[in-house]
Parts: sequence; structure tokens; C-alpha cells
Amino acid sequence: MSQDTKLTYSRVTTDVVAMLEKPSVKWWALFMISLSFVGIGLICFIYQVYVGLGVAGYRHPVFWGTYITDFVFWVGIAHSGTLISAILYLFRARFRMSIYRIAEGMTVFAVLTAGLFPIMHLGRPWNFYWLFPYPNQREIWINFKSPLVWDVFAVSTYLTVSSLFFLIGMIPDIAAIRDKVTEKPRRIIYSILSFGWKGSNWEWLHYGRAYLYFAALATPLVLSVHSVVSWDFAMGNVPGWHTTIFAPYFVAGAIFSGLGMVITLTIPIRKIFHLEDYITLDNYDGMAKLIMFTSGIVGYAYAVEFFMAWYSSSPFEWQQFMYRAVGEYALFYWIMVICNVVIPIPLWFSKVRRNLKWLFIISIFINIGMWFERFNIIVISLSRDFDPAAWGVYKISWVEAGITAGSFAWFFMFFLIFLKTLPSVSISEIKEILPVPKRGDK
Amino acid sequence: MSLNQGVVGVYSYVDSVLDAVRKLKANGYENLRVFSPVPLHEVEEEIDLPPSPVRFFTLFGGLLGAASGFAFTVLTSAAWPISVSAKPIVSIPPYMVIVFELTILFGAIFTLAGLLVNGFLRNRAPVSMYDKRFSDDKFGVMVVCPTENISSVQDILNSTGAEEVKVDSIDG
Repeated sequence: MSQDTKLTYSRVTTDVVAMLEKPSVKWWALFMISLSFVGIGLICFIYQVYVGLGVAGYRHPVFWGTYITDFVFWVGIAHSGTLISAILYLFRARFRMSIYRIAEGMTVFAVLTAGLFPIMHLGRPWNFYWLFPYPNQREIWINFKSPLVWDVFAVSTYLTVSSLFFLIGMIPDIAAIRDKVTEKPRRIIYSILSFGWKGSNWEWLHYGRAYLYFAALATPLVLSVHSVVSWDFAMGNVPGWHTTIFAPYFVAGAIFSGLGMVITLTIPIRKIFHLEDYITLDNYDGMAKLIMFTSGIVGYAYAVEFFMAWYSSSPFEWQQFMYRAVGEYALFYWIMVICNVVIPIPLWFSKVRRNLKWLFIISIFINIGMWFERFNIIVISLSRDFDPAAWGVYKISWVEAGITAGSFAWFFMFFLIFLKTLPSVSISEIKEILPVPKRGDK
Repeated sequence: MSLNQGVVGVYSYVDSVLDAVRKLKANGYENLRVFSPVPLHEVEEEIDLPPSPVRFFTLFGGLLGAASGFAFTVLTSAAWPISVSAKPIVSIPPYMVIVFELTILFGAIFTLAGLLVNGFLRNRAPVSMYDKRFSDDKFGVMVVCPTENISSVQDILNSTGAEEVKVDSIDG
């Protein structure tokens, strides 16, 4: 048992229900700050729709910029939720229990954020539904050979399945909350969300099976989603994009960045809600080890990209990678390398893995580094392709910066609502890892 | 025909629950239901329900998803053939991505349907037998029996350490 034995069944229920008490002034302050940044993002978007995509910093030859970077970044953040809830469930990793609900919520909200960016990136965003296959009077269908259409299928499947997984996983916990709350409106809402759960052995039997199959379906799904996102690039014949390592490279990067975000979010939550008995240092140790592992894969990918460019003898590939390291964007490239490969190195020591201050600082750098990784892949590759006459430099515009800030606020807004309405620590799974009450323990 | 009655005992300890289930089964009561805040694998073994049919829902959903993915991509490409760079009109490898995603999507939706049908719609435990503490820290053993056997069931529940025994009539 890695969990603290001070916990009992009834304390778990009371503690989690206590997290849902009326929000404090601090919560409202954070919520209002998020809401105002969402407003800033919205104003930027309205301005962009009104004036046109020109305000979005797009310059020849770079027509995929910050929005696509944000899209890949948020899809990446979404990955660790399903990793922790599904893959680690199948591996029976105990350290997932206390954090998986927060990670799953993060997944759903990150996909909700990511899904906005391809739409913002459209010149006529009101026509976004053209991406979906639907019968129409022209009898023409979308091009299923296009990676962008794969992306639509992958991301919308991911949103659906991860939301279902999130809501189904919560059923027994919502039932426990339903049985504790006294106000009538809340009780009715929780009753509906709990599907009338009574926790009989019959229900647990089917629930356990369904949960297992959900995990088994979500596992290949999570690996496929970021692979498909990587093929948006790898299928294109652009130096720096057209490589076979993209799928595993992106998936590892996604898990890396997602775990970084889980640590960034859970450390303050643990402190504010006094969850020290739930989210233990062992849990952080486990996550930090996964970060070490994925940081290693990402670092290897950075190195092997150079090797492949050199070994291919393609002058276009080689100039692209030299340009990344020493060209106009070199600063961004080295921020990426330092944040993702060098800064996580202290995690090799268990003292750092168990020191939350250091872990928090490292996780912030990972978030920054992974944003720049996507920026580097997308923008630097596009700004220098085959023909020197068509080279150009892209700069982020204030509209893009405003929408990016708005997207972070949008994500945190959902997250804040989640913390106050739904159980952010799994009641039933924490009880499962506690020793069952037996007569002898009296 | 004697009216069926539900008797439920409230327990604090899992080993008492197991004792009660064994004793009830030994006395010929097969219609048992155990309420618990966590899944109890020992109870699952003891009561020995048939395997959950959710598996067939998932399998059917997955197969249906794969078939619809194939049909959708192949038929829509064939419906308006546009030849690009002399590449095949129907090209299976890229369609596999769609087939894969729809397999997962349909599999998940049918798993949800399987859970709703089997776990929540069929064989619902009667509300009158439920106690709010069952989602917190107590366990319940429910027995459905004819009216004349109530007292013997109550005895068994009390003798195995039930803290409270409730009786109510249920449909069925």
C-alpha cells in the first residue's frame, strides 16, 4: 500500500465532498481573471474574422503558424490524461489512482481547446462543418486520402471517447456525492449524472467490464491521435516534416508535455485542497520517472533528426536543420532543447523527483519547451523549403498572442468549474487501494 | 403465491459480508445482492454471476465501426471518381486511418450502450433496499425471499454481524 493508512472510507468521501463546497473569493478571483482573458481572446478572434486572416501574422511562405502550434500543443496536453487513466490502468500502476481524474478532466478540456484552433485558422470559420462528411446537394464527399480529414476523425473520436471515459469513470463517485449533499437542486443533478448508481455487485460486474473495454479502446486511440496529428506534417513533402519518426516522436512528446501539465496543475491543487494524503510523493515520483523516460525519447528524436538529415545527403533537409540550430529562429530552437532535454536531467535524482518545488519549476519549463517544439517544427520548416527565392520569416502578431493567451484562460476556466462541480479525486478508486475494512481491525 | 420480500442487512466489514453470503447460500437463498462502495472481487467469486455480456456489445460495435469505415470511404470515393495523378480511386491504406478511428468510436459507444442496458436498466436493485451509506463506508447484503422466510433470513443476517436489518416488500 503506497497510500497513507490514516485514510478511511468515510474520510475519503467527506474530503472529496468538501472540495465541492461553495467557491472561495480566491476561486472567484481566478475565475474572473480566466474569464477576462477568454474575453480578450474572443475580441481578437472577432477582429480577425472582421478584418481577415492577414492580421494573424501569416506571411509568405508561412501559412501555418501559431494557431496550428497551439492546436498541436493542446492535443499533446490532452494525451497524458488518457495515458494515466487507460494505459496505466491496464498496467495496474497504482500511482495513477489519485491523479487520474484530474488528468482526465485536463484531457477533455484540452481537446475542447485544441478543437477551436483549426477553426480559427480558417479564412471563413463559419464553413468549418465542410470538414465533416455529410450528404449534400453536390453529391461530393470529403477527401478521405487527406491527412487533415484523418485529423478530423481522430480528434473528434478522441473528444467523444475521452469524454465518455471521463463521465463513466465518475459514476460511482457522483453517486457517493449524491448521497452526501443536502441541497435539492444539486442532489437532482448528481442523481441524473450517477444514472441511479447503487453499487450492487451486479452493477460493479458490468461496470468493471465496461471500464476495462473503455481502457482497452482508449489505449490504441491515444497513440493513434497524435500519430495522425504528426502525419498532418509528415505526409507533406516539406524538409523537416517528411520523416518516418514523426508518429512516435509526437506521441512521446505529447505524453511528456501532458505529464508536465498534470504536475503543473496538481501541485497547487494538492496544496490548496490539502490533498497530501491522497496525492503522495510516490505518485509524483512515478510521474517524474515517466517524464524522464519521455524526455529521453524526445531528446533522441532531436538528435536523430540531424543524423537523418545528414545521412540522407539531401541538401534541403540539411540546410533546414542547420537553419534551425543557427538561423533566425535559433533562440527558439535552443529554448526547446534546453527546456525539454537539459532541464529534466535533475529528475534522474530521486531527491528532485520528490521535491515539489523543483518538480513544479521543471514542469513549467517543460510546458514552455513543448510549445516551442511545435512552433519550431511547423514554422521553421515552412519558412525555408526548397527554393531560396521563397524563403521568409514569420512573426507572431498580437492577435495570435491574444488568442493563445485566451486559449490558456479557456482551458483554466473549464478546469476551475470542474474543481468545484465534479469529484477531482476518484472516491471509489482511492477506496479500492485502501485496505478493506475487516472485523480484526477494530 | 406469497409476496416477495426484500431483506437487507447493513454491514461494516467485508469478512462479515462474505460470511453472510456463504451462510445464505448454504441455506438455499440464491437471489442475493451485495451493495458496496468499492468492487468486491471475493463477493463476485462467491455469488458467481454469469460473465458480463458487455463484451458482445463492444465486439459488435467495433466490427460495425470497421465495416462502416470501409463502406463509407470506399463507396463515397467510388460515387464520384476523381482521378488525381493516376492514383487509384479507391486506395485502402489511407482509409485504414478512418476504419481504425470508427472502430474505436463505435466500440466505445456500444460499450456505453452495453453498460447502460446491463448495468443500469436490467435487474435494477429496488430503491427501497438502498441505503445512502452504501456509497460511503457500509456494505449491504440483500436477499429476496417469500414472506414466510423473512425471520430465518433476519436470523442469518443478525448472526453474521449485521448492524441493522430492513424489510420491505418489492415487486417481483
